[in-house]
Amino acid sequence: MNRSFLTLGPSFQPLARAVVVLLAAATVGCSGSSSTTGAGNRPAAIELLNVSYDPTRELYRDINAAFAKHYEQEHGTPVTIKQSHAASGSQSRAVIDGLDADVVTLATWPDVEAVAKSGLIRPDWQNRYENGSIPYHSVVVFVVRKGNPKQIQDWADLDRDDISIITPNPKTSGNGKYSFLAAWGAALAAGGSEDDAKKFVSAIYRRTPVLDTGARAATATFSQKGIGDVHLTFEQEAHLEVDESKGGLEIIYPKRSIRVDPPVAVVDQNVDRKATRHAAEAYLGFLYSPEGRAIIAKHHLRPWGDTPPPPAAGENWPAIETYDITFVAGDWTNAMKKFFGEGGVFDAIYQPQGAK
Amino acid sequence: MRSNPATHRAMRRRSVLPGFGVSAAITSLVVTSLIIIPLSVLILRAASLGPTEFLEAAWTPRARAAYAVSLGASLVAAAISSVCGLLVAWVLVRIDFPGRRLLDALVDVPLALPTAVAGLVYSTLYVEKGWLGRFLVPLGIHGAYSWLGIVLVLVFVSLPFAIRVVQPVLESLDRDSEEAARMLGASRVQTFLQVIFPAIFPAVLTGFALALARALGEYGSVVFISGNMPFKTEIAPVLIVSRLEEFAYAEATAIAVVLLAMSVSLLVIVNWLQQRVANNSQ
Repeated sequence: MNRSFLTLGPSFQPLARAVVVLLAAATVGCSGSSSTTGAGNRPAAIELLNVSYDPTRELYRDINAAFAKHYEQEHGTPVTIKQSHAASGSQSRAVIDGLDADVVTLATWPDVEAVAKSGLIRPDWQNRYENGSIPYHSVVVFVVRKGNPKQIQDWADLDRDDISIITPNPKTSGNGKYSFLAAWGAALAAGGSEDDAKKFVSAIYRRTPVLDTGARAATATFSQKGIGDVHLTFEQEAHLEVDESKGGLEIIYPKRSIRVDPPVAVVDQNVDRKATRHAAEAYLGFLYSPEGRAIIAKHHLRPWGDTPPPPAAGENWPAIETYDITFVAGDWTNAMKKFFGEGGVFDAIYQPQGAK
Repeated sequence: MRSNPATHRAMRRRSVLPGFGVSAAITSLVVTSLIIIPLSVLILRAASLGPTEFLEAAWTPRARAAYAVSLGASLVAAAISSVCGLLVAWVLVRIDFPGRRLLDALVDVPLALPTAVAGLVYSTLYVEKGWLGRFLVPLGIHGAYSWLGIVLVLVFVSLPFAIRVVQPVLESLDRDSEEAARMLGASRVQTFLQVIFPAIFPAVLTGFALALARALGEYGSVVFISGNMPFKTEIAPVLIVSRLEEFAYAEATAIAVVLLAMSVSLLVIVNWLQQRVANNSQ
């Protein structure tokens, strides 16, 4: 695991920050007294840390290589980018507790917002990049066994008694949260009421035999261990899973699904201290460039903007109607509280009859 | 402390090992920084909640079900480990057979293997289409995504402790007393129950306590095999993780504190039992 071991809690942060500020002041003082070489001398080599979540490992490996080349050509400064991947929520906590991230590229809005609330990111982070700082989208799709033996075509089919469903625990996994929200939204979009949505989602989780804690574990349960008839997951994860299965699995696009919005942000306090703001901002900006968008598309994430490049030459993005978090729950704060909070809708599904 | 040079010298002379001051300093540093401070932070965090908030976070029906799963499966696993551990240790110490050294080395493998790997392998074996599952599941034995699965991996991770604690005691056991018992007319069962067992029972209890402690703290392997169904196979550490996902630090630590209190009390009980047994056998 490439994670920082320095994870102090919030109560220690004032102290830690004070130490950091003192160190920074000392460094600035030293360099100030000896800066006779002239202004504008950037450090010789820059190192950035991108703290991200599990399914973007392959994407950012390619992005990093392309960006490093691009940045050195433009600005003459070599830049290396380190990556850290784990479950989105725990990555967010690691940054809050002191992991020295220059940029965060996480799965859900609450994960970035939590870092902003801690003061490390300025509150206006959503306005710094186009599309609310969301450079790419995904959708929740179905993965089924080869030949689709149970004939699963759309959300309504998940409500059949002969179907068993694999999706990770929405309380511990971003992937799981999106699947839950996708199902809820599907019931609403089909003209159902809140009660219908609750019934539909309860029916789905009653037919979910395993609640893995993370997205990749759920993938293993479905593809390696052969449990379940349908696996709900992000489009790009579905492609990885199907490629791995060598013909054993296939993707089904439901008529509608939720649009997945993974946001990105520069961690202001860290880049200002490390003097890496210029490179960090350019790095996230690169995700919106034609070159960045082509790499994103290659990894089956849908780049934001008009006429997104196709995933491969001669291939097209399958059409799918999408709804977003606003349609499902108003906003993320409300969704977290209503669905995934303690005693929320998800907890109620498992509450035994008669218990408080 | 009154500093009398004479007593000082006397105290120094009494210790066989040199460097008492240095080693005491290192010991207290290690114990404080690695055990006492982290545990105090844990309790302080949980103490930031009021009593009612604490109960609301740590004593919900779901949390109680999770404690029951954690404790129940750990107790059963520790019991199985103790019995099997004694048998394995007996075989390793008393019987000479080809491959004994290899078996002896194999015993430590569960300590070195990342436990998540164990969880994944076990669940792959015991699912309906797995190598073992295809025979067991038709018989109604579900070794994956079940309570039984949790016990299986907990036995795996805790068995080495049970074996390694009993083994040296068996090795140092005086065979003369066994022979004497036999010559005085004791049957084999009597010899075992009245001569051998009292001598090794304290070690078996220690092995049980270590195995229990190990099982209670296990997370990595269990999440892969338990299925994590609330009220059925969800262990307390999974609840802690889900509270952390909501950034509810204090509530998560409250659950951790309850779990910690339960394990400490269990260990205290086992230690007390062990001392009683040790005193009785003297």
